[in-house]
Amino acid sequence: MATLTLCGKELVVDADGNLANRTEWTEEIARDLAAQEGIAELTPQHWAVINFMRSVFMKEGDSPSIRRLTKESGVDTKTLYQLFPKGPAKKAARIGGLPKPKGCI
Amino acid sequence: MRTVEGKRSMRQMLILGGGTAGTIMANKLARELGKKDWRITVVDATEEHYYQPGFLFVPFGTYQIRDLVRPRHQYIRERVRFIHSAIDRIDPETKSVFLAGGETLTYDCLIIATGAEIHPEQIEGLVDEGWGKTKFDFYAPRGAELLAGFFKSWQGGRLVVSIAEMPIKCPVAPLEFLFLADAYFSERGIRDKVDLHFVTPLSGAFTKATCNRVLGDFLVRKGIKVTPDFAISRVDNAEKKIVSWDDTEVPYDVLVSVPTNMGDAAMARSGMGDELNFVPTDKHTLKAQQYEDIFVIGDATNLPSSKAGSVAHFQSEILFKNVLQHVEGRTPRARFDGHANCFVESGFGKALLIDFNYETEPLAGDFPLPVIGPFRLLKESRVNHWGKLGFRWVYWNILLRGMELPVGADMSMSGKKQAAA
Repeated sequence: MATLTLCGKELVVDADGNLANRTEWTEEIARDLAAQEGIAELTPQHWAVINFMRSVFMKEGDSPSIRRLTKESGVDTKTLYQLFPKGPAKKAARIGGLPKPKGCI
Repeated sequence: MRTVEGKRSMRQMLILGGGTAGTIMANKLARELGKKDWRITVVDATEEHYYQPGFLFVPFGTYQIRDLVRPRHQYIRERVRFIHSAIDRIDPETKSVFLAGGETLTYDCLIIATGAEIHPEQIEGLVDEGWGKTKFDFYAPRGAELLAGFFKSWQGGRLVVSIAEMPIKCPVAPLEFLFLADAYFSERGIRDKVDLHFVTPLSGAFTKATCNRVLGDFLVRKGIKVTPDFAISRVDNAEKKIVSWDDTEVPYDVLVSVPTNMGDAAMARSGMGDELNFVPTDKHTLKAQQYEDIFVIGDATNLPSSKAGSVAHFQSEILFKNVLQHVEGRTPRARFDGHANCFVESGFGKALLIDFNYETEPLAGDFPLPVIGPFRLLKESRVNHWGKLGFRWVYWNILLRGMELPVGADMSMSGKKQAAA
C-alpha cells in the first residue's frame, strides 16, 4: 500500500494516488493535496466545487462528471478548467479526498 | 389474472429499442415466456438495424454501409410485435410508455435498450461550415460514407482524431481508426505525407494500465502523435484548429471527431436519465436504480462498463435470468461482472483481442475457444483479425437470435497471464 505524508500524518492512498480512507480527510490535507496539483491557494470558488463533489459523493457513492459539475455546481466549464487545470473532475475529487470518478472506460 | 370475460389477460413485456440488446432480449424471452401469458413488444424509431462495429471499416473502403444494414423486424422472432415509432416518454407511475404518434402502451415489465447516439452539435463550431467536407465522424452511417469518399482522393496533411468526452461507444474504435489509417495511407503510398494525431480527454491511449501500455506502444511504433488530457471546448473553423478549455490548440487539415455520446432524449423527457440521458442502473442486477419493474441494458445504462455489443450480449444472459426471476415474483439474483471482449484492429490484416471486466484489466495470454481458437490476448495476430471480420456473420446469425455463443457472460481467468507488478 502506497502512503503519502501530509500535515505530519501518514495517509494510505489508492492506485490513483487518492486517499484510501475518506474519514482521514481534513481541510488542511485538502490544501496540501491542492499544492501537489499545482494549485497554490484554494479560493471560495475552489471550495464550492470541492464541497459540491463531496456532497454528491456522500449521497450517491460516485463523484460527478464535468458535465454535471457545470450543470449543478454553478461554476461554468471554462472557469472549472481555470480553477483545476487539465482535469477538474479528477483533480477536485483528489483534493476533496474522494476516489477518481468512475465516469470513463 | 382474469378479465370480466373470464379470459386470462395477457401480461405485457415491453422492450424499448430493437438494436443489439433489445433484439437479443426479445428473442430470448420469446422462447421462454408462455404465449398465452405474455405479449412481447419491441418499439424502435427506425427500421434499419446497423452492424455498428462495421462503421470503422467504411472510411477505408473495406465495407460499404449497405453491407452493414438489415431490416430490424427480420431479426425479431415472429411472435414478437414490432412497433416502428419514436418514444415520447415513459411514465413509471402508471407503467405506461407514450409513443410519439400519441399511442400509449402499458407494461408489466419494461426493458430499456435505447442505446446511445453521437451528438456533434454538443461541440461548439463542429457542425458549422466544413462538416462533411473537412470535418467528419465515423460513428454513424452518413459520416463514415462521406469520409470514405474524402479519403479516396486526399493527398495528405494533418489528420486529427479527437474524442470529445467520455463515455463513448467502443472506446478502442478511435485507436483502431488510427491504426487502419496508418495502414491505408501506407498502402496508398502517401503515409509520409499524412500526419496522424490522436487527441483525447483521457490521460493516455486507454483507461486500463496494461492495455494503455500495449496500445500506447503501437501508437509510438506507427508514428502516431498523442495529445492526452485535452478537453475540447470548440472548433475554430477560420483557423482550422481545435481549442481545449484551457486554451491548448491543435491545428488540423482534416478533423475526425468522436462526438459526445448521449442516451435517448426520451429519458430526459421522462426525468429518468443522468446528464447524458443514460439511465442509472444497478451495475450487477441491471435493474433501474429508482424504478420498479424496469430493467436497463446495453449502451442505455450509466454503468462503468464499455458501451459495446459484446457487453450488451454478456448483459443479456444475466438480464434474461433476472427478468424471468422478477416476473415470477422472485428477487433477481444473477450478477453482471462488467465483462467485455473486443477485437482491436491494428492494421495490415492483424488484430488484438482484449477481455476484461469491472475488476480485472485486460491481460495477456491465450483466449481459449473451441474449434477456431485460441486467440492471442493483448497481442497482434492474423487469426484475431479474421475473428473480427468473421464476427459480422456471427452477429446476424447467432448472436441476435439469442443463441448461445461459446463465450460465457462471466469473464474467465483461464489462459490469462497475471500482469507483472
